[in-house]
Amino acid sequence: MSKVNLALPSVQIREIRINSITGYYGDAESLVAESSCGLKDRNRSFSQCLGCSITKAACMTILIQDGAVITHGPIGCSSCLTEYAFTYKVNGGERGVEHPTQRKIFSTNLQERDTVYGGAQKLSHAIREVYERTHANAIFVLTTCAAGIIGDDVESVCNEAEEEIGVPVVAIFCEGFKSKIWTTGFDAAYHGIARKLIAPAERRREDMINVINFWGSDMFSEWFAPFGAKPNYITPYSTTNTLRHSSEAALTVQACSTLGSYLGAALEQEFGVPELPSAPPYGIEQTDRWFRAIGKALGKEEIAERVIAEKRKEYLPKIEALREKLAGKTAYVTAGAAHGHALLDILGELGIEARGASIFHHDAKFDSERPENDQLAQRVRDYGNVQNFNVCNKQEFELDNALHRIRPDVLLARHGGMTTWGAKFGIPSLLIGDEHYGMGYEGIVKYGERILEVMENDEFVKNLEKHAVNPYTRWWLEQEPDYFLQKGGAGK
Amino acid sequence: MSNFTGIIEQERYTCAIGALQTVVAIPKAVPILHSGPGCGEMIAGFFERSTGYAGGSTSPCTNFSEKEVVFGGIDRLRQIVKNTYRVLDTDLQVIMSGCTGGIVGDDIESLAQEFADEGKPIVAVDTPGFKANNLEGHSIVVNAIIDQYVSLFEEENESRSEIGTVNLLASIPYQDPFWKGNLREYKRLLEGIGLKVNVLFGPESGGVTEWQRIPRAGFNILISPWYGKPIADHLKVKYGQPYVWFHRPPIGANQTEEFLNQVLEFALNQGVQINVDAAAAFIQHESDSYYEEIDSLASFLLEFRYGLPNHVHILHDAGYTASLARFLLHEVGIVPKELFITDNTPDRFHAEIRADIASISEKRDIPVFFEPDAGKAQDMLRGINHSGRGLIIGAGWDRDLAQEKGCDFLSAALSSSYRLHLTTNYVGFTGGLRVIEDIYNGVLSTYGQEARS
Repeated sequence: MSKVNLALPSVQIREIRINSITGYYGDAESLVAESSCGLKDRNRSFSQCLGCSITKAACMTILIQDGAVITHGPIGCSSCLTEYAFTYKVNGGERGVEHPTQRKIFSTNLQERDTVYGGAQKLSHAIREVYERTHANAIFVLTTCAAGIIGDDVESVCNEAEEEIGVPVVAIFCEGFKSKIWTTGFDAAYHGIARKLIAPAERRREDMINVINFWGSDMFSEWFAPFGAKPNYITPYSTTNTLRHSSEAALTVQACSTLGSYLGAALEQEFGVPELPSAPPYGIEQTDRWFRAIGKALGKEEIAERVIAEKRKEYLPKIEALREKLAGKTAYVTAGAAHGHALLDILGELGIEARGASIFHHDAKFDSERPENDQLAQRVRDYGNVQNFNVCNKQEFELDNALHRIRPDVLLARHGGMTTWGAKFGIPSLLIGDEHYGMGYEGIVKYGERILEVMENDEFVKNLEKHAVNPYTRWWLEQEPDYFLQKGGAGK
Repeated sequence: MSNFTGIIEQERYTCAIGALQTVVAIPKAVPILHSGPGCGEMIAGFFERSTGYAGGSTSPCTNFSEKEVVFGGIDRLRQIVKNTYRVLDTDLQVIMSGCTGGIVGDDIESLAQEFADEGKPIVAVDTPGFKANNLEGHSIVVNAIIDQYVSLFEEENESRSEIGTVNLLASIPYQDPFWKGNLREYKRLLEGIGLKVNVLFGPESGGVTEWQRIPRAGFNILISPWYGKPIADHLKVKYGQPYVWFHRPPIGANQTEEFLNQVLEFALNQGVQINVDAAAAFIQHESDSYYEEIDSLASFLLEFRYGLPNHVHILHDAGYTASLARFLLHEVGIVPKELFITDNTPDRFHAEIRADIASISEKRDIPVFFEPDAGKAQDMLRGINHSGRGLIIGAGWDRDLAQEKGCDFLSAALSSSYRLHLTTNYVGFTGGLRVIEDIYNGVLSTYGQEARS
């Protein structure tokens, strides 16, 4: 049964809701098999700085065009949010926001005495002051460890302020210590948005499809056009108004099954918008399934077939040419769940051997509970198993160990800070920020070309390798990558 | 302690655990965070491109979960520290607690002592974000290292045994984006007048060995309007080292000469054997080469026909704001207008800083605001207009404002979305010239293009 419950202020954390884990070492096929029959997590006896839910909740709220965001905590808990101000400006043009406005990011700046006497009063004043200063159409309040432990009643404060100022004040519960799985922060933001912003549909629009994504380039307009539909992007570059009407869409699709798992399910169950029963379009087979699923959902199957036929004609020769050039190459992937699986799809399609992967977490299932949305299962089915499959919780020491031992021809990464470790070993390393880049037939070609380019231009990493400093001990690099993963899990 | 308790938009500094960058700046030292999972990410994101040897996602962390919040996290921390020694090759370990560790009340000092008893170079310090900010946190961390680590080596490093050696307490690593270059330049200048210098941070320091030798210094040099002062005060009590205090980073010739002469006089009073003539000749040479540039630049500054900035607004910490305003007026000819000090300067230093800025010019009043809420400072600036072309010096955030107002912009503060910092220095004679280069390169890049956006 789905765990979507919009009556409650906060969302249930992922490890409980969908049995997500952060520790596993084995192979992809076994992980898929275990996921359907009681996946067990493995803890670590060594760990490094991880990242928490706040930044994930922050990026899904700060990038809403007409909102303001308050982090209720000490000033440190909003330190890095400036990066989303940069993202918003830089990528606005890609998404039709020609004049991106300054992002409105605040901290309640909690002090020691607030941890003793409570910070609710301060938050209450902060919301009113932020409204005065920004006249935002919605104010999002993100909670922090400090606010959570001292027990401020953030929900009540937000509700009272909302009544007074007349715009939605959305409490988002994303304290870092609450969940080991940072993607819970996405769920937390979506939960608040579904509760406070999305309105029940007054009509159904066959020409609008929700796309839950980050800030990638606008591929979907072109892809939906033959079906007579347009994308409604959620939540980056949306407005409070477009979010309000997202309940009217014909369908919801995801750029990443992990990212939008909860909101996709909430839109379906609470607002009647069906979620596309398909993982995102990575690799040929899955791209075909994805277009067919859209065609079926919209009653336009013949259009899907026409689109697929056109794409095949245009791209298959190019893909074949790339396969020839990439034959015999090996790769390693490090990325968040679902997107990392997507990168494994691309490798499979290009005929590059995936020698292993360090994926940050794993969701045993998604909120929709549809097996069709499981991108790793699909990867294994379409292209075969992946050995050395590590659910690594973004633990750099495990990645460093794996790269040291595996030495692939290329490293594909998705998150900042990871490519360094490939480069230090002289491994050509590629990070592509645009999460839509590898989608569809064109994505296979684009990615293949970039992989060739990065492998060809390896002078920089080869030079870096000669001079790189590595803080990891020789002893550690010689251990098995799962040395610090506690035993007793269902893993091998 | 700092006094500002209001809300903050567009923060220009971070919380106490941000002082983990102070540890990262010591060669081969590692911060071990006893904190929630997000603290390291927040700090790495704020400082950007600043992970050093073992900062960022290399730093060990207990990643507090609900379990540690309820039952305490000491056992988890013990396990993490123990395994840190197996996984990472480091010379100094500094355990730092975040809000979670702080509120739960874990006794991290006792835990560190367990490892110190085995001979490990380890220090513990409480840095919950609600207690202090990172400018204060810097002093808290340095003093903890002095008390828990440096003090172990006192026997072979007798207090004030090297009268001509100084400990330099200046730029806060990473919070001063030019810290690395600045420390190198300070060292070069001070060696030029005949002193031996411990800079403690960055590649010009001798790592933990240099830290062990801190007590030997004859005196200390504090360059700061307020931050870092607790370190100088602490060393004065602990090792009897007096300090000479220059209240802002010296930028350009006037301030650098004043600084070097002040240090020289102090050193001589301390009985340091210095070749005064050689020191004077060094300063003269530096000054001559500086003015060689200014001489040929003057015609550009006075004659460029297409427009150069005539006034400046600065949003920065107290030291840079006071120094840049003074430098730009007297040595570049740009008139300082409203200034915003965004570093949450404690109240007790306000009067002194105001007086320092007032002394820049007898001819004009330069309004100065202590405003950690930089978003509010921006809102004020939106309502202020002066005739002529303006320049804004500040953080990445301020580029938006400069664009709105049609001003030129120089990125010199954090957060720094639009500028890299490697080893550039802004202090000293050469630093002043670099500031000039940066300002006018920005200005000139606006010419000959399509309309300015």
